[in-house]
Amino acid sequence: MASILPQSRVRTNGLPPLTRLYQTLQTIFFSGRSVRRLTALILFFGIWQILCMIGFKFFINFQLIPSPWEVLNATVDFFLSDPWVHIRSSVVRVLVGFAVASVLGVALGILIGWFQIAEDLLMPSLELLRPIPAVAWIPLAILMFPNAETGMIYITFIGAFFPILISTIQAVENILHDIVLIRVGQCLGASQWHVFKDIVIPGALPGIAGGLTIGMGNAWFCLVTAEILAGRYGVGYVTWESYVTSNYPPIVMGMLLIGLMGAFSSWAVGHGTAALMPWRVNKKQDA
Amino acid sequence: MRQETLTSPLATESTPKGSVSVEGISMIFSRQGRSIEVLDSINLLIKPGELVCLLGPSGCGKSTLLNIIAGFIKPTAGYVMVDQHQVKTPGADRGFVFQQYSLLPWKTTFQNVEFGLKIKGIPKSEREDMVGEYLNLVGLGKYRNAYPSQLSGGMQQRASIVRALVNSPSVLLMDEPFAALDAQTRHMMQELLLNIWSTLKTTVIFVTHDIEEAIFLGDRIFVMGVQPGRIKAEIGIPLDRPRHVDDMLSPEFTQLNRQA
Repeated sequence: MASILPQSRVRTNGLPPLTRLYQTLQTIFFSGRSVRRLTALILFFGIWQILCMIGFKFFINFQLIPSPWEVLNATVDFFLSDPWVHIRSSVVRVLVGFAVASVLGVALGILIGWFQIAEDLLMPSLELLRPIPAVAWIPLAILMFPNAETGMIYITFIGAFFPILISTIQAVENILHDIVLIRVGQCLGASQWHVFKDIVIPGALPGIAGGLTIGMGNAWFCLVTAEILAGRYGVGYVTWESYVTSNYPPIVMGMLLIGLMGAFSSWAVGHGTAALMPWRVNKKQDA
Repeated sequence: MRQETLTSPLATESTPKGSVSVEGISMIFSRQGRSIEVLDSINLLIKPGELVCLLGPSGCGKSTLLNIIAGFIKPTAGYVMVDQHQVKTPGADRGFVFQQYSLLPWKTTFQNVEFGLKIKGIPKSEREDMVGEYLNLVGLGKYRNAYPSQLSGGMQQRASIVRALVNSPSVLLMDEPFAALDAQTRHMMQELLLNIWSTLKTTVIFVTHDIEEAIFLGDRIFVMGVQPGRIKAEIGIPLDRPRHVDDMLSPEFTQLNRQA
């Protein structure tokens, strides 16, 4: 706690303990960001628990919704009975789908953004495929792929691929429109390759990073859909299976687990890509 | 800034290069079926080591002319020769300083200035020395590892100037480089430019709409008129060098100001 209170430590020296406690509490709630976030989460689960306990019913019906307490029990049960095989299967599917989508999405996006001919040849069919939701791919995924595993990876891939592709195309086109930066290269004698490597790619990186973060989230988004194909394992499979067997608390647990893993991996992608762009300093407005 | 003494990083190189001749340049833009004559048969002859200013109101085509000399755009008629070579594409022999801040945001000050040398394939140790020397020349030695977003506007333009100069171009083309700066910084930059120029003796073509700036900097001023852009007058500036900002208050300066 001391690390987030550098100022109050100096100020509170020699004050009576009660005043010190008051000041500490004040600092926590008005300047501790992690505390603020934790409070927000506690409020979220607290309100949910209360709505379930009073059986809230006004347009939205909470009477049949599992309460956080029931979900917690389901979660404990889940973690006591070999959960890792489910988590591992899901993580592998999402990560492989995301990795393939990143490589293909960024590579094709750069080609399409840079070369007119690539745009003319590739974009019409990609635009045709883009609006198709992941769930619509399930029958074809079964027909197209040798086994369910690759079909599931394909569906998480579909979720991640298009945001990455479109963001990369946009990012490359934007930097090519920045006539001054391109001219900077030209009047220093830069070849096409140098313009590409030292101007277009770093200039497009923030946009590509945004696409990767969204793509990571979308891959998780498609997990339940993908694991409809699964025979036994996977967090999405557990969720779907619980729905089929009308066992509600594990559904919510599965949803939260996917939310948690999705949030964590998006955060990791965000921070990983930020490390590639040390020149970008984010300064947000204080509340 | 004024007290700084400058030693030439290029003391050994003294071949007189940097002659520019603009021969009958005309430029017609067509926009929505209408054609607009921006430049009408411009002829200029600039001697090696000269600092000339292109002065005119906005829309007179002075930036267009500079872009044609740089090779960014092709003229409708006429041609430009730099050191007996016809300009066809942009090239490292014509350094350019843009009006906008144009350092690459993802490169540090050092990497930005180094970029041209890297493209030329100059070895790393040599690059290190040259860039270091040039950064010191404009007082940016301490900021070599800073990113452009961490520099003030004046610092960014100083880095842009040395980024062009480090390639020892035949001519330095400057497109209203100080227009975005506050008055005080602008005067500092003008003196700094004269300082560097008196050391390196690179030919400079400086585009501006500011009469005082043109008189303060230039050996000669080409005054341009609007629609179509033509050279209306050529004024030689007989003011002694080195010039200081205070010279702008002299009667001689005022006289020239009225003339322009």
